[in-house]
Order: sequence, then C-alpha cells, then structure tokens
Amino acid sequence: MKKGVIFDIKRYAIHDGPGIRTAVFFKGCPLRCWWCHNPEGLALQPELVFRESRCLSGCIACIETCPQGALSRAGGLIEINTEECDLCGECARVCPAEALEVIGREMSVGEVLREVEKERIFYDQSEGGVTFTGGEPLMQPEFLGALLDECQARGIHTAVDTCGYAPFEVIDSISDKADLFLYDLKIMDEERHRKYTGASNRAILDNLTKLAEKGSPMVAVRLPLIPGVNDDEDNIIKVAEFIRSLRGIRDISLLPYHRAGSEKYRRLHRAYRLGKTRPPSDHRVEEVTRILEERGLRVKVGG
Amino acid sequence: MNQRIKKLRAQSIDTRPSVSPERALLMTEFYRSDVAQRVSAAVRRALAFQYLLEHKAICISEGELIVGERGPAPRATPTYPEICCHNLKDLKTLHGREKISFAVSEETRRVYQEEMIPFWQGKSIRDRIFSEMSREWIDAYEAGVFTEFMEQRAPGHTVLDDKIYKKGLLDFKEDIKRSIQRLDFFTDPEAYRKQEELKAMEITADALIGYARRHAERSEGLAKKEKNPQRRKELKRIAEICRRVPAHAPQNFWEALQYYWFVHLGVITEFNGWDAFNPGKLDQHLYPFYKKGLEEGTLTTERASELLQAFWVKFNNQSAPPKVGVTAAESSTYTDFVQINTGGVKADGSDAVNELSYLILEVIEEMRLTQPSPSVQISKKTPDRFLKRALQIIKTGFGQPSVFNTDEVVQELLRQGKSMEDARNGGTSGCVETGAFGKEHYKLTGYFNLTKVLELTLNNGVDPATGKRIGLQTGEPAEFGSFDELMAAYKKQLNHLIDIKIKGNNIIERLYAEYLPAPFLSLLISDCIDKGKDYHDGGARYNTSYIQGVGLGSITDCLTAIKYHVFDKKDLTMEEMLRALREDFAGHEELRQRLVNKTPKYGNDDDYADELMRAVFEIFFEAVEGRPNTIGGHHRINLLPTTVHVYFGSVIGATPDGRKAREPLSEGISPVQGADRKGPTAVIKSVAKMDHARTGGTLLNQKFTPHLLATEEGIEKLAHLIRSFFRLDGHHVQFNVVSADTLRDAQKHPEKYRDLIVRVAGYSDYFVDLSSDLQNEIIKRTEHQSF
Repeated sequence: MKKGVIFDIKRYAIHDGPGIRTAVFFKGCPLRCWWCHNPEGLALQPELVFRESRCLSGCIACIETCPQGALSRAGGLIEINTEECDLCGECARVCPAEALEVIGREMSVGEVLREVEKERIFYDQSEGGVTFTGGEPLMQPEFLGALLDECQARGIHTAVDTCGYAPFEVIDSISDKADLFLYDLKIMDEERHRKYTGASNRAILDNLTKLAEKGSPMVAVRLPLIPGVNDDEDNIIKVAEFIRSLRGIRDISLLPYHRAGSEKYRRLHRAYRLGKTRPPSDHRVEEVTRILEERGLRVKVGG
Repeated sequence: MNQRIKKLRAQSIDTRPSVSPERALLMTEFYRSDVAQRVSAAVRRALAFQYLLEHKAICISEGELIVGERGPAPRATPTYPEICCHNLKDLKTLHGREKISFAVSEETRRVYQEEMIPFWQGKSIRDRIFSEMSREWIDAYEAGVFTEFMEQRAPGHTVLDDKIYKKGLLDFKEDIKRSIQRLDFFTDPEAYRKQEELKAMEITADALIGYARRHAERSEGLAKKEKNPQRRKELKRIAEICRRVPAHAPQNFWEALQYYWFVHLGVITEFNGWDAFNPGKLDQHLYPFYKKGLEEGTLTTERASELLQAFWVKFNNQSAPPKVGVTAAESSTYTDFVQINTGGVKADGSDAVNELSYLILEVIEEMRLTQPSPSVQISKKTPDRFLKRALQIIKTGFGQPSVFNTDEVVQELLRQGKSMEDARNGGTSGCVETGAFGKEHYKLTGYFNLTKVLELTLNNGVDPATGKRIGLQTGEPAEFGSFDELMAAYKKQLNHLIDIKIKGNNIIERLYAEYLPAPFLSLLISDCIDKGKDYHDGGARYNTSYIQGVGLGSITDCLTAIKYHVFDKKDLTMEEMLRALREDFAGHEELRQRLVNKTPKYGNDDDYADELMRAVFEIFFEAVEGRPNTIGGHHRINLLPTTVHVYFGSVIGATPDGRKAREPLSEGISPVQGADRKGPTAVIKSVAKMDHARTGGTLLNQKFTPHLLATEEGIEKLAHLIRSFFRLDGHHVQFNVVSADTLRDAQKHPEKYRDLIVRVAGYSDYFVDLSSDLQNEIIKRTEHQSF
C-alpha cells in the first residue's frame, strides 16, 4: 500500500483548474521560491508548528505529554527542541487550543480518496475534480501515480499543479495518467531563476517543451507575478516568446502576488524574504496582460 | 432610476418612522359605538374595517404613481390595540431607543394614556391570551423555552395568488352572493354563522372599493390645483385607475400594481399579521399585462420599470408595526418580510422565468431597499442565466435576493397533501416559509428553543437561571449510564414542552377565531367564500400551524460534545462537564478549548456530529408533525430563527459545546458560528443530511468574502455550489458578501456606513441598526475564504 505525505486537503478550491475542486497538498518541494505562500509545504518531512496567539497561558498539557521531553516554556512561548522532537504528534493531540500542530501526515491512497469522494456531487455538477498540488506533487511520483490511477478508475477529473522541476521520465509517466497539468513558469533568465528559486530553470523549460510536443494532457501555464522579481518587461516578453515557441499552448494565467503566506513564515520561525513587497497594482496587472496579449497569448488573471 | 423615483426613494429612506395613533383612535371610536355592540364578531370586524377606511387620512405624495399609505403619511406606523396595546413604558422605549426607534409625539402619548390604555386593558387579544394560558405555559414562556407569535400580531405569513388579476371585488361579491344562496338553513346548523361571515366579507369588499374612490377624489382635487400639465395628466390618470380597481379586474400593468397595492393596504390595515402579506409570484401575475402593454405600444420597458420601482418604494414606506416586550428584542427591525417571489415553475411544471423576471431583478439591484425582500426560485429547469443574474446582485453585498429550491418547495407542499397544481403555484414567504399561495392559512406559532430543552434535561427539569422547575424530572444526568439514556430523557423533556406549546396554540387559535375574525383576508384566500368560513377559523383550503426549531447547530454540537467526551472517549465525566457549565467555564478554559477545538462539529461533513443533528431533527419532527390544530389542519416544523437565536442564547447558561453563558445560539440550520472549518461544500453536505422535505422551510446562511465572487468564474462556481445544494434537496440559501473588516469598520464608524445592508435571517437590514450582539454575531459567522 503506497503512502505519501500530505499537508492539507482543501475543499471548494476554485482557483486550481476547472469547476469546483478539491486540492490535495503534497509535502516537499525542490524549489525555494522567495514568494512561496505555502512554506509549510517545502520540507518533505512533517513538522511541528506553534501558534503563539492560540496558546493558553498556564497550560502545560503538551510539556507533560511529550515522551521525548522536547518541549519547554520560555516566557509565553512553548519552545520546541527540534533535536529531541521525533514528531510523534502527542503534544498536538493534547493541545486543547490547537496552538501546536503537526503539519503533514502520512496518508494512503484510500484515505485521500475518501476525502476526495465526499465532494463528488460538486464535481459532477461543475465538471470539477481533484487538483494535486503542494509543495510539489512530482516529488512523490509513485504515490501521485497511484492516486491518479485510482481517480481515473473512479471517473474523477485530475489536475497536477507543478513547478516542472523533475526528471522528464517522471513527468512523462505522470502525464499519461492526469487530465490536466497546471505548469508554473517563473523567470526566464537562468541566473535570476537560481537566485529567487534556488534552482536552474533549464529542466523546467525543457520539460515543458517536451510535454507540449507530446500533446496530451492539456497544459495550462501559470505565471506568478511578483513585483520586483519577475514582472519586468524583459521577463514577461521572454515568457511570451517561450510559450509562443511551444506546440499547442496559447493560454496563460497570471497569479498576482499576495501576502497571505507571510503570517505562516512567522509561525514556522522562518525569514520571509519579500517582507517589503506589495501586491502588484491592478494597473500593472493590466500592463502585463497587454504585453502578453500583444504576443498572441490568451491571458486570464487568477487561477 | 429617474428623478421622480430618486425623490420618492430618498423620502422613504430618510423619513424617521413614527407611531401614528390614527388607527388606534378610529378603532376605539368604533368599538365604543352602539352598532359594535349589536352585531356578530365577523360583522363587527367588517364594520370596523369599513370605519377605518372611511375615516383614515388619504395620502398622495408628490410625484407618486402608485398611491395609498397604511398610515397618514409614509412610515407613520399604525398600532393595533385590539391585538396588543402599547403601554406608556413601551412608547417611551420606542421613542428613546438608539436603534429601530419610532418617534412618539406628546399627543400620541396623551391619547394612549387617556383613551387607549384604559379602554383596551384586559380586552386586547394579548391580555386575553395571557389570562387563558396555564401556569406551566407561562413558566416555559418566561424561561425562554418558546415564544408566542400571536400575542402581538395576528396570524400572517399568507400570500396572494393570481385571483385579483382576473376578477374585481365586484366579481368577488357575486361569488359571495352565490355562496349565500347555497346556504342550507334546514340541515346545516352553521348556516347562520356562515351567513354572518359572508355578509362581513361583502362589507369589506365595498369598504376597499370606497377607499379607492376616496383616492380618486383626492387625486382629482390635486389635479385641479396642479400647475404642471404633465403631473396634472398623471393625477387624472391615477383617479381613473382608482375608480377602475379594485372594483373591476385590471386592464393593464399600472392598474394591476395599483389593485394589488390597495389589497395589500387592506390586509395590513385589517390586522398586523406577521410578514405583512405579499403578492407572491409577481413576475407571473404581471406578465400578461406587461406583454400586452408592449405589444399594444401602451407600455415601454422603462415605464414598467418605473412603475415597479414606485411599487417597491410603497413597501419600504410601511415599517413593521412596533412590538412590545421581549418580541421587540427578539425581532428588532423595521422590515416586514414582504418576500416577492420570482422564477420558479408554472402550474404545468414548466419553467416560469420570463422577461419580467429579469426586469424585476434589475429593479432589485437599482432600488437597494430593505423592503420588499425578494427571492429567486430556482428549479432544475431554471436557466443558468437567471441564477447568475441573481448572483451578480447578491455579489454586490446587500443580501438580496435569497435563493430557493423550487423543486424542494414543491415536494414539501406535496408531502403536506397539497394538490400538484397548488404546490407548483406555491412558493416561499416571510423568511423561508413554504406555502400554497392564495389557498393556505399558514402561520408560525412561535420559536422553540431546542438547546434550552437540553439545559433543562441536564438539570433534571429545573431552569438553572431561576431555580424554578420548568420541565419534567427526567433523571439526574450524572446517573445516566449511556448516551441513549440522555437522548431518551431529552426526548421526553422535549415532548412535554411541545405538548404545553401545542395546547396553548390550540387555545390561542380559538381566541382569534371567536373574537377577531378576518373577513377581508377571507375574501382573498380560497376557499373561505365557498365554505362561508373565516380565514381564522379554517376557511382556507389548507391550514397549517408551524413551530420553528431554533439552534439546530448548537444543540447538535452540545449533544456531540457529551457523547464524544463523556460516553465514547470517557476523558471527561458528566459531573466535570456539569460543574464547568455551572461555573461558566471560569477556571476551565482548557476544557472549554478542548470542547471547541477537539470535538466533532456539525457543518464539517463529519457523520459523527451530523448523525446527532439527524437524531434531534427526528425527535423534534415526531413531537410536532401531524398534531391537529383547531382549524382542520396540522402542526408542522420549520427551522428558522429570524433573530431569536440571540434572545434564546441570552436565557441559557454555558453549554457543552464550549459556548459561554448568554452568548447567541447558532441560527437557522447553519453550523455554530465559526465551527465550520472545511468550507462551504462541507457545510452544504452536512445540512443536506437533514430531510428538508419534511419541513416547511429551513434557513441557511453563508458568508463569502467579496474576492471569491470577484470574477465571472467565481459567480459560475457559486452557481454550481447552489445547484449542487439543490440536487441534494436543500431548501434555501442566502449570502452575505461583505468582508469582516468592512463590518468591523462599520461598527466603529456607523456614520460612514448608514447604507450598508446585510443579510440577517431571511431578510436584509441596515447593519448599523442592528444590536451590537447581532452585529458581532454576523461578523463571527464563518467567512469562507478559498485560495
């Protein structure tokens, strides 16, 4: 029985493919994009997070319960000794206020499908389905493949939301099983891509070219628009030209940067490197849309 | 909106509602007269009606196209002392309170002190009700186990069908004559009573025709003085219309609207019935006139739209009659729940949406008034275009229109035994109540506090707020060996309290039948004329009494918490739970958090909790369903709260779901505020596990952030969400589309948000007019985000 690490299953996801969908979030990502709004999805392993604002003063249920003795109180905060903590989750289980939470849990294909099936009436009505996202679903290719097989067997539409950073064999095999790829492009310049995502974009671009050549499944390209990072005219034009060079792909969705994830960084005790960046203005989004449209692309704002 | 409508709309919004003593004075004069002492109850009411319409002031405002006010001026609100007579303290409260205030002049206060109060004391139906009710009824009422609708307002909720668009009141009089001729004095002991009733109906028909004639005369008088030739022509036209309707069947769009309006005024002048009456399927009724007018070239779309807008203003001019005592607190609003239906199906089952349905949606969007409170009726045959057009209006965030599932409404009516045709011609009124339009006496008799019953059960029948025994001794909860024992005790307690309520209902129903017949309303609702029987006494084709269950989410989560922690996981004893409740969780915050966070909750598509919702539903349904009323019909259940969940929460201490003492309960069939954490689809799955078809209406509130509906795609997906809910046989859903931040800012700066309208409970209201409890509660209702 294949298992994978999932950190969230969101119902009524309406920005991740056609119709009403359930989004299944895979834990673990090969990139480290500065703007990532799901930082809890980066590490492959489950992790323990602490929400200060929910913690009840005087309550030490977690400290008393922890079999490893990894927790202590420091002022108003619970401190987690990550060396000692083995992520057993006992503390989160007893925490009455849900201040401690283990992000990510091992799930079987059956467990995921049980959640996915609950929404079937909505898929039927809206021609929706399930979207595997993350993190990066391609980092758990076997589990993803098994989920896609099961969905196909049950007649549930599937989409894979990916950054494209994976060996092409993986993409190739997954693409045989999925109905739709949501494929993120970010920065065309390799050096700049390395700076802001931690990796080269070469494989990403090559993979997309090959996927387009293959002709199926359908691919929808998505471009997060991050002011000061990738919204300059040069990058936008290069994105447009690259997509024009692909076989059969003319649609692109712009995903304007938002700050919804910044709070999560605090909870995870991680630095948020886009502290000063603000969402792009409507005007800027319109300008970018125009640049792309002038180069023959069909543009949609939002997922 | 043209200048004329802008002015009329502004006048309607800006005028401060006041209490008008006019109706009370005229009513008292009549009741003091000799003739009033000499006639039967039905004829007395008819003559009183006639006296009112002969003597009340006629008001035609500048620029008006549809004429007639219930009071002497827009928003001058009459009182109904024969039903409940305000005392001086009530009048002072109404005048002085910060929200939903009514101006009460010195003169009004004097009239009340010197004439109204001395005359009506002990005679009003309210006084009679309280003197007839048993000790146990009074105790349960005072403890907040239930409320009583008919102690301040007459039975209402009924709706008109299409009959007035085909017949004038003179034709109705012919029907009455025929019915009188059919009376059988040889074998029917009721024949005389029937004759009196029919005579009374006839008097009221003439009275309304006379009232219209007075408007014609006034309009002619105004025309003579009018300098503007355009307006002079209009006033002459209005006079012609008032001489034509309601005596004769209407011939065109304008006459049809004016006819309905006179009838509406008649109904709300005769009584202060709950939910103010309404025209029902307006787009169906008016469509033939609309079509004919366009074809003949006597009507344009712009003119039709203007007339509808003028009609809208008339509803907004009538503030809900001011209430007294606890009812004022439980339902504090100027809104009188006039729910105009659009869409739905025709009698033959085909889709009923027409061009006028779309025009009415435009009127709703442009007018942005709290009254009337329109709805769209969506069947599986309704085109998506219509639903999406409605959603584009909902998206603008004033809570209108609400959305109903026609197919389910028809099922509900069929289950209750209505004919297929009557069911399809039916719809919803008030907040969400199902009815066979034009053929049914249906009334809400009172809210029932499902969670208070549990509190009593957990205290062996004693109300912890007062120490008084209210219910049965169903056993010490600490001694219950299983959860089933607790449920059995709850069921026993609930049955006992429902018995008390129904016994009261069946007495109160007689009081109205015997002392306050409604001959004018009887004229309008089938089959009162045929049967020679009053609306209050079983004259209608169908007769239904509802008891409305409140706090389904709260009671479910309370029972779930006990089952989960005390009986299944056994990580808490019943004594510990009860102690924490008694102490309002002081010093038990860890426990409270556990109850809030670590317990299954209704609204998350979790069968553990949802199964208990179904169990409570069955207990409540079985206790009420099919119990006979006194007018040939039955009791049924509804699940809607208006705003009573705030009052019902205020009479309950801390509860096992982690709710602190006195906080509001959940509303309608919605989950407890903030307990639904899996988004709108999970809420829909949970609430659809209930068998809506066995109710006469359920109310679901959903709150969406504006960004979820920002795009055409967002609208599309919301339409799918609604269609999915309706495929699961849901009855109704309504939306608040305004961000919590905006609402919080409005609390801080009410002056900036005077026009902010939000959905409350089956109706929309001005946010700044709501009590701060209710404001907080609306903010707390889960705001569904998704990204």
